[in-house]
Amino acid sequence: MTQQETAIRLVDVVYDVGDKRILDGVSLRVDCGEIKAVIGLSGSGKTTILRNIVGLVRPSAGHIYVEDRDITQLSEGQMDEVRWRTALVFQGAALFDSLDVFENVAFGPRHHRRLAEDELSRLVREKLDLVGLHGIEHQMPSELSGGMQKRVAIARALAVEPRVILFDEPTAGLDPITARAFEDLIVRLRQQLGMSCLVVSHDLERLFRFVDRASLLYGGKIVATGRPAELRSSKDELVRQFVTGSVTGPIHVV
Amino acid sequence: MNAIAVVGRATLEGLRWLGEAQLLLQRALVFIVRGRVRSGETARQMAVLGFDSVPIVFLTLASAGMVIALNTARQTVSMGMTELGPGLVAVSLARELGPVVTAVVVAARVGSAIAAELGSMKITDQVDAMRSLAVSPVEYLVVPRMVAGVVMLPVLTVLGSAAGGLGAYGIGSMQGISHQVFIRSVQRFLMASDVFGGLAKAAVFGFIISLVACHVGLRTRGGAEGVGRSTTSAVVISIVLIFLSDYFLTWILLSLTAGT
Repeated sequence: MTQQETAIRLVDVVYDVGDKRILDGVSLRVDCGEIKAVIGLSGSGKTTILRNIVGLVRPSAGHIYVEDRDITQLSEGQMDEVRWRTALVFQGAALFDSLDVFENVAFGPRHHRRLAEDELSRLVREKLDLVGLHGIEHQMPSELSGGMQKRVAIARALAVEPRVILFDEPTAGLDPITARAFEDLIVRLRQQLGMSCLVVSHDLERLFRFVDRASLLYGGKIVATGRPAELRSSKDELVRQFVTGSVTGPIHVV
Repeated sequence: MNAIAVVGRATLEGLRWLGEAQLLLQRALVFIVRGRVRSGETARQMAVLGFDSVPIVFLTLASAGMVIALNTARQTVSMGMTELGPGLVAVSLARELGPVVTAVVVAARVGSAIAAELGSMKITDQVDAMRSLAVSPVEYLVVPRMVAGVVMLPVLTVLGSAAGGLGAYGIGSMQGISHQVFIRSVQRFLMASDVFGGLAKAAVFGFIISLVACHVGLRTRGGAEGVGRSTTSAVVISIVLIFLSDYFLTWILLSLTAGT
């Protein structure tokens, strides 16, 4: 297998809903083994970027490359192969509430790999282990706390053994201690599994502790990219306003 | 001017709805034709749609059978045509009441449940999560429900019509119609084509209920309120379509049997 350098690359991606332009030429790169963040205001289209990468929606223009393969023209069937390599962890966990934890984690492999039942249960236990969960295989999602649901969602995403994992607001709605544990988890996933991560969030302070680079999405475009330290010391007014969380500045919030 | 715009927009919205429904049907058919029907899920849906509906279908159709028996018995007995009554009831049960009442009951009970379930899965991203795990929601959610609907509605209709017959028999014997008269009358008037025509209708109704409920459910937008809206429209749309298609199906079935 050849060693690739970029895991995901977006080139001038435009995404319209009706006559409203959500993404207006987004270009973005996630290197292999990198933890990259996209930051931006609520409703600025961060989640839309992730949904485009896994093909839940298709861009109106531009190109998206996953491991150097252009996915913008792929059929739904071909897209499934790509989805096998890029897993998305939804903001609200999105666990299947009619299935227990075991079946949730086993969902992907059960439908795509012909594993014997004992292999499958070994795989599920291994993935639950990775996210620090034990002995909850037979509980239903509704019986779990929000933090545990998100862990299960990560285990479910890991069960397809992806090379890139996408997180939509991984720490939103969590208490500070649980949120901290999630940061550690993401860093550990990169270390142990060599995965690339793309994290979307508006929680700057937290992100800047563990990401390699961050891009600021504003007005449907990436307006700045850099290491946390670079962004913190940026002279750019947009970046400064976002980093300091000031109400006054070029960004207008209603 | 404004009224025209409103009508125009509603028409466009309706056409769009139909187009998307057709697309969903096409996708589901591709899976069915390729034999990609998940047996476990389908069996589960058959149990939910079919088995769990038995008591309510039984009750409603037994009552319906009793009501028409009560109405026809008095008329036919007073006109001295006692032998006509049971046959009349049996034919109307087999051709109309059985399939239609069963379909309405199932639309209300199961169609609403499907729309609510898929609707809440949609708004909580579960449908997208499924797609992101490379599993088609059409294959996993829609196909089993559609197969269950088409298979189970005729089964329920048989049970329901039998319940209606039992109800009619009970009323008949209270009105002094003997066992022999009842059976003879039914044998004389009820044709195999009545029964099979009714079952064909039931299969079409089962298809309508499950397709509409899945389509409406998967189109759900806008939180809990959206789920409520979907649930209501699944029931309303499928009941309207059941009655509309009943007219055409009756027409087709009559012209088919007229030729023989």
